[in-house]
Amino acid sequence: MRFGRTLSIAALLALTTGLAHAQDLRIGLQEDPDVLDPDQSRTFVGRIVYASLCDKLVDITPDLEIIPMLATGWDWNDDGTELTMTLREGVTFHDGEPFNAEAVAANIDRSKNLDESRRKSEVSSIESWEVVDEYTIRFNLSAPDATLIAQFADRSGMMLSPKATAEAGVEFGLNPVCAGPFMFKERIQQDRIVLEKFDAYWNADAINFDSVTFLPIPDTTVRLANLRAGDLDMLERLAATDVGSVESDDGLTLEKATSLGYQGITINVGNGDRANNPLGESNLVRQALSLSIDRNALNQVVFEGAFAPGNQPYASTSPWYNDAFPLPERDVEAAKALLAEAGYGDGMTIEVQVANNPVQTQVMQVIQAMASEAGIDIELAAKEFATLLSDQSAGAYTASQIGWSGRVDPDGNIHQFMTTGGGINDSKYSDPEMDRLLDEARLSNDTPVRKESYDAAIALQQRDMPIIYLYHPVWIWALDDKIEGFTAYPDGMIRLQGASFAE
Amino acid sequence: MLAFLARRLLIAIPTIILISIFVFGMQKLLPGDPVLVMAGEERDPEVIEFLREKYRLNDPIPVQYMTWAGNALQGDLGTSLRTQQPVLELIGEKLPVTLQLALMALVIAMAIGIPAGVISAYKKGTWIDWVANVVALSGLSVPNFWLGIMLILLVSVKLGWLPASGYQPFSEDPLQSIRVMIMPAFVLGTAIAATLMRHTRSAMLSVLKSDYVRTARAKGLREHTVLIKHALRNALVPVVTVTTLIFGELLAGAVLTEQIFTIPGFGKLVVDAVFNRDYAVVQGIVLCTGIAFIFMNILADAAYRVLNPRMRDT
Repeated sequence: MRFGRTLSIAALLALTTGLAHAQDLRIGLQEDPDVLDPDQSRTFVGRIVYASLCDKLVDITPDLEIIPMLATGWDWNDDGTELTMTLREGVTFHDGEPFNAEAVAANIDRSKNLDESRRKSEVSSIESWEVVDEYTIRFNLSAPDATLIAQFADRSGMMLSPKATAEAGVEFGLNPVCAGPFMFKERIQQDRIVLEKFDAYWNADAINFDSVTFLPIPDTTVRLANLRAGDLDMLERLAATDVGSVESDDGLTLEKATSLGYQGITINVGNGDRANNPLGESNLVRQALSLSIDRNALNQVVFEGAFAPGNQPYASTSPWYNDAFPLPERDVEAAKALLAEAGYGDGMTIEVQVANNPVQTQVMQVIQAMASEAGIDIELAAKEFATLLSDQSAGAYTASQIGWSGRVDPDGNIHQFMTTGGGINDSKYSDPEMDRLLDEARLSNDTPVRKESYDAAIALQQRDMPIIYLYHPVWIWALDDKIEGFTAYPDGMIRLQGASFAE
Repeated sequence: MLAFLARRLLIAIPTIILISIFVFGMQKLLPGDPVLVMAGEERDPEVIEFLREKYRLNDPIPVQYMTWAGNALQGDLGTSLRTQQPVLELIGEKLPVTLQLALMALVIAMAIGIPAGVISAYKKGTWIDWVANVVALSGLSVPNFWLGIMLILLVSVKLGWLPASGYQPFSEDPLQSIRVMIMPAFVLGTAIAATLMRHTRSAMLSVLKSDYVRTARAKGLREHTVLIKHALRNALVPVVTVTTLIFGELLAGAVLTEQIFTIPGFGKLVVDAVFNRDYAVVQGIVLCTGIAFIFMNILADAAYRVLNPRMRDT
């Protein structure tokens, strides 16, 4: 009897200690991230892991304001060519190395000069830097660059341990060492990434989990099934078609944020011979195609109304949206009139390439049906994504249904697409006035001044339409009810500061 | 036997070389540019050019192949373009996973397929035969991904008996490892069971008609002794061959099943690698599974000789 009681007390103790240790948060991801080196990585899903692993110089609020993180303050000189940042004191990297101005200098040097760096264009305006004192660094720019601070809120601003980068070189991603709330523990490709709480984190009070496990589960149905079965605590990118079923589930909650990115149709207007067709040659035809699309119906049919219809590179909720060009109503008659004016009153046929996944194919099929009523016959060319991308970049396309993941600074959603010679201007659209406006918008740190330039650029875009914008995805997270304090951000990241399991 | 094995191993070498050339060539024929995928959304031209040089993608294709083959001979299969992990390490990571899934699927398939085949042959033309056939055919016709999702929804979500997906290494926690693997193994196993059942049934039918079975029965042996000792043992020869070949196929990875149950095996790795044009990974895995398949073939031939003494001299 006594033995039995001792046994049950022991069992109870074991159980409670077990509970006290069970603060592992399991997050379902849609894809397996690429290499875990912020200077080399390129995937959206990789950035979700960094949000727990690598702190940045600055962060954003859900309203896209820039706030201090590892930098506590910053100042521009009068002509916007010098940026001085004050750094947080008492911060250490996961390997115990101190965070200071020298460390920032080493990080910027790596982003700029590592051969494999994918960050070069983001920090290209930085010409040199000076370590003013241990916790102050000054960047000297070749020209004013209003986009730089926002770059520091993403991978370019992530601080890696200089000792670890020096030792590991390009292989840093196999064992990343940063200054975020969690440290890298292990990774099994396509299975899991495990991070452990970093006890010396500067903001440790905000962290309520002992570890985080990221599990890539590509199939959306299976990802949700895992959450329902209790094998996950939360997941990112719930399918829009599953929103209703999660809402009616008592054990789950939903969080949403309209993304910074967009989906649209990029049109070849000057990228080689394939631009020689009615759609590539005439902006009236492009306007007609845009007018033939009912963006609200598209959203209802494909996404059950969960996404945000759009007609500009910025969502209508963004401060950079140009209110002079609201979401157009579908107008088939006006579209036909534009086609007639352009000399194609009898209709025409164009080819649009689309990624061969069910959702994007459905988007284009809906548009195909809508456009045909206006006299534009669309032939769909379904391609696997790598092929679609290389055809688009090489100009081997007429029009391409593709999107952009979006950037915090307005420049990131438009400059490289619309300026002559822009890195991802696959339309090869070129207009001197557009170039001037978008270059000018980079020079000022004054929001109203920049807004004026972007408004004017959007007006030109609405006239010429090298890209027809369709909608802005909405990030949808599904969470187990027991998670409290999760905040949705428009950049789609999962920030664990302040989140916890309910007691 | 030794001479036989040596001969077969020698023939395997040119086969492996041919496989590797074929796969290398096929990959280069694929449209799409790996560097464009790797360069990221911004596609910086300077980075693109650097990566092309670094991974020697500017070399003529035969030169690229020779470089790869030269390194492979020294045990270096290159690194993954996507995650920078060495390919050999990746294979070492995935092989136990795929092996475990393949073995478990095969055990389930044999446990269902062989007895079902024996019974339906023995009861040929009766309702038992008919039921076994219908079950076998549906096992073969039901798509893996559908059965997989239905099982997850029933067993994990509704009943909460097993984890919905994922993987636990056998060496760390054998019981949990089997628990997470049992559903995918069942999905794979039922489809294979159908094949095994058909093969066992037809082999048993022909054996049951043979003279020595009639003799055994005439001797007054008990029916189950006749069935198991005399008939099944002989009928197993073709079944063993088929089983080894199926096992070889399973080692190449079960793409759909791995995808549904999120099992980090060869199938998932190779699909991701193809989509990312991660040449070194595709090449490494195909080489590895090619060798495994050839090896299984040799094993099947050897097993044939063990089971059937008449073939031992050839």
